[in-house]
Formats: sequence, C-alpha cells, structure tokens
Amino acid sequence: MPKGYTHPKFIAPPAPKSGKDSTKVAIVGAGPVGLTVAIDLAQRGISVILLDDGDTTSHGSRLICMSKRTLEIFDRIGIGKLLEEKGVIWNKGRLFFQDDEIYNFDLLPEPGHAWPAFINIQQYYVEDFLVQKAETTPGIELRWKHAVVGLEVHDEGASLGIETPDGAYKLDASYVIACDGAHSTIRKALNLPFVGRAFDDRFLITDVFMKANFPSERWFWFEPPFHDGQSALLHKQPDGVWRIDLQIAANADPEEEIKEDKVRGRIERMLGSDIPFEIEWISLYSFRCRRLEKFRHNNIFFAGDSAHQVSPFGARGGNGGVQDADNLAWKLAKVIKGEAPDNLLDSYEAERIPAADENIKNSSRSTDFMTPKSAAVKDLRDAVLALARQEPFARRMVNSGRLSVPARYESSPLITCDASTFNRGLLPGSAAVDAPILIDGKEDWLLKQIGQNFTIMIWGPTPPNIPTDILVIQIGPENDPSGLIKERYNMRVGTTYLFRPDQHIAARTHQFNQEWLTAALARSAGRH
Amino acid sequence: MAQYPKEIRVSQPDDLFEALVDAHENLTDAESRQMNSRLILLLANLVGDLDQVLAAINKARSSITAEQK
Repeated sequence: MPKGYTHPKFIAPPAPKSGKDSTKVAIVGAGPVGLTVAIDLAQRGISVILLDDGDTTSHGSRLICMSKRTLEIFDRIGIGKLLEEKGVIWNKGRLFFQDDEIYNFDLLPEPGHAWPAFINIQQYYVEDFLVQKAETTPGIELRWKHAVVGLEVHDEGASLGIETPDGAYKLDASYVIACDGAHSTIRKALNLPFVGRAFDDRFLITDVFMKANFPSERWFWFEPPFHDGQSALLHKQPDGVWRIDLQIAANADPEEEIKEDKVRGRIERMLGSDIPFEIEWISLYSFRCRRLEKFRHNNIFFAGDSAHQVSPFGARGGNGGVQDADNLAWKLAKVIKGEAPDNLLDSYEAERIPAADENIKNSSRSTDFMTPKSAAVKDLRDAVLALARQEPFARRMVNSGRLSVPARYESSPLITCDASTFNRGLLPGSAAVDAPILIDGKEDWLLKQIGQNFTIMIWGPTPPNIPTDILVIQIGPENDPSGLIKERYNMRVGTTYLFRPDQHIAARTHQFNQEWLTAALARSAGRH
Repeated sequence: MAQYPKEIRVSQPDDLFEALVDAHENLTDAESRQMNSRLILLLANLVGDLDQVLAAINKARSSITAEQK
C-alpha cells in the first residue's frame, strides 16, 4: 500500500431493476483513457455511461511519465492544475554502462510553454484527479463494479451484458468505446487478434518508498555491476516513491522473481545497504509491441491498451492512449450531434493507427537495444555504449527509450495541404504548440484560447463572414510581446491557421480567403 | 594523420542500428564475424581516403586499449 495515498472505495450504483438500460455512448474501463474520453465527450454535451469492474484507482505507479502533450490535453479537460501541484518535473537523464556514467542529457526546456516536457506521477493520482473531475461534470454516469461480461453487436450499436454485485442487466449502446486495457473483454468478445511481436525478456517493475537524496533525474544502467549484466532504471515520483525497473533473464521463474525477499535483495544490491526502503508495489512484465488491425469495428472503438501495446521505455503507452481519447472525443461528439457525417469516425483509426505504429516501432527498437537477441547484436550494442563515452554520434545511437512526442497526422484525410509556401512554422496535422499570449493585458497561454469547436488564428484583422461557430484568435504585436507566436507559426499579415477541436492543425495559409476556409473546414469535418 | 571528427554525420541513428541488427539475422556467430569484417572493408572502400580510415582504426583501437588500463 502506498504511503502518501489512500485508495478510495467508490460506491457501486444498483443495477437497473428492469434488467435493461440504454445509452448513446458506453465507455468500458475507467482508467486514464476511459475517464479522459468520458470527460471530453461530456464537456462537448454528450452524455456517457462509464463502466468499470473495479471500485478504486490503479494499484502501482504504472504509467508514471506524462508528456507535454498529455499534460496539455489534461489541462484542456480541467485537471492540469492538480497534476502540476502533485507531479515531479524532470529534465535530466543519465546513462550508465557497467561501472561508469557514459553521458547525460538535458531535455532543455524551451521557454514559452505552459507545460514542461515531462512530469512523473503515479497512475493512481492521475485516475483520482480524473474521477474527481468526472464526478463534477454533468452528463457522466460512473458505474463502478459494473463488469462487462458479454457483447452482442447489432445494426444500431451493441448490447453489453453487465454483472453487478446486485444483479445482471443488459445495456444497449449506440456507440461503445473499449478502454478496458490489454486484456480487453470487448476485444475478446469480438475475437480480434493482435498483430506484432512479443518479447521473451521480462522486467520487474517496482515502486519503492525511501528517503534518498537522488535528484529528480532519469537514471538508466546497461549491465551495472549490481544487476548481473541486465538493465535497470531509477526514476523519481511524488511522495518519496521511486520507480525501479529491473530487467530479468528470459528464463527466470516468474513466481520466484516477484517474491518480496527476492526483489528486496535485488534493490539492496542496487541502492547499497545504507538506504532503508519499503516496497509498495511489484509487477512483472513481459513486453508486447502489437496492435489491433483496426481500431473501429462498426460502432465499437478501441482506445489505449485495448488497441495497442508497447514496452514501457519511452512512455508511449499511457501517453498514446490519452491521445487516442483526445482524437476520438470531438469526432464522436460531432457525429452524434449531426454536425458531421459518420465517416469522420473512420479518421480515428486513419490518424491513430499510424501514431500507434510509430510508438510500436520506437518501443520495439528500445527493447531490442536493451535486450540483444544474439552474441553479434550484443557485441554491436556494447560497442555503441563503449564508444558513447567519447563519441557524440554513438550517444545518438544509445537507446534507453525514445521519449513520447505528439503524433503528427501527416497522411490524414482531414488535413489540408499547404495552400501557400511556408518556410517554417508548424506542419498541418501537428498538435498546436503553446506560446505566451496577452489576453486583456494579462499573461496567458495560446493553447487555452483554442475553443471546443474549430478555431482560426490570424495575424491581422479578422476577415468578414467567418461562420459564427468558429472562434477567431487575432494575433499581432500587441498580444504577442515575446514574438514566440509569430516565430513558432511563421506568421505574417494574413497568415491563418485552422485548429481542430483537439488542437491539431487542420490547415494553414499565408493568404486567407473564404474558399480556403470553407474547403478546409469541410475536409476537417469528414466531408471530403 | 587526420583526426576522427566529433561532428555527427549519421542523421537517423535508430534506423542505422536497426539495419545493423537486421544484417545479423539468422547468421551463425562465425558468419556474423565475417559479415562484420566484410562490412568494415566495404565501408573503408566507401570512405576511400586512407588517412580518414586510419583515423577511425586508431579511434577504435585506442578505445579498446584505454579500457585495458
């Protein structure tokens, strides 16, 4: 049990007496992805029922590393401040090979962003903050201890078989979002296979409470003397909890490896005998880098680990899942409200499958670097590490995790190609990048100005005849005193960016005109 | 003699590492050693200039001998 956190016990609502219930949207799984998509939909005016088989938050730290993009999404739905207050900011990483530090890196935070590159925080805090938000957001019904046990697909959606402590019922839903993790009941019910790779190597993942003076840095060891030639990771979390990951030989006995005494011995060898610690959580992972072939099956959508799984190095699992939620919510809301055709929903997988593939590729490569599969590859890997002591090019090749960066929806059908030549700025499909902005003379952030619907940002006067449901952000020297908006977006008079409701860039031009806007808006809403 | 450059010339380090890993796939240890040796000769021929190849040889060897101390 964690020292600084008490797991809540949420109340299970009674099952409907009639044995039947219905909803427009059912979300299965109240983890970070399910809760995010529920809040995002509800804030867009769509009522949802969120079902979970448990009645508390996550055990263990699990996702821990939250990327800037995830923090921006969480800020948009309203839990940014809570994360900022609790999380541990880190920028520096150190890499060790055998006895020595071979080099260190600094993520060098760029000035002029509301959020840092990463913060570390236990998953139970993330879920706790999301539940607090969900409980106060109108339109969300949280049904704890309502376990989905069956699924029947029909023309108008699906019927979920649900078991609760006081009886079973059927829930008819027009749309189902499966956020029920790697062992997804919905996936199993549809008998959908994963495509990808499984790795033999295992990692022991632990949360350790200790009073230690290690800095808030990411330390990664290749073949340290304390751990029999395998890899190890140390990373700081809130409440004096440290995350320690230890690679375990592929042929080790899993039952034996998760025994507390065994784990304690390994950690003592790592930390030395003079640091007292308590083990809060132990988990043994074998890695899988794989995904479903499709993320949409009629009106059933898969998001997060139910759709794709990666190894943890690179922080691409949780961050990827939150971006799935961010991508799906506005599209589903528009289709349900009749503001967009059904094929807008096809763009969910058109955008998120390439993003998942990028995450799978990077996490597979990191895992291959950490766990060489042959003597020749181990020689090659060790040569990279040895040369990295001196050679800058070799440092670039050292791979202890390529950290999550926001996906760019490059080949998406929703994205309009540049109508004019940009030498710099942000490519269409990219997530908007933050910058300081003055609002009524007060310092604020650009991302906070982007609305729930489409938003245009223009340098210069607002053109006439902008549809009334489009928010306009006018930029000029008067509200961009740092010049960072001008620089980051390559703005000049007339330059216009069209932001989608998920803050991604749908289109941009140096010469605004009405036809460009009309066409870009239609394309971005799935009318193409 | 030329100095081995500090400048980074490899633009896609992860693609390079993956290509090298893939090159060893399904080879015996002896075949892998031969593959490495042939690769060295082929790369040396690509570089062409003996002085530069010597800089790389010197760098590789001195990094090994430094570890012996």
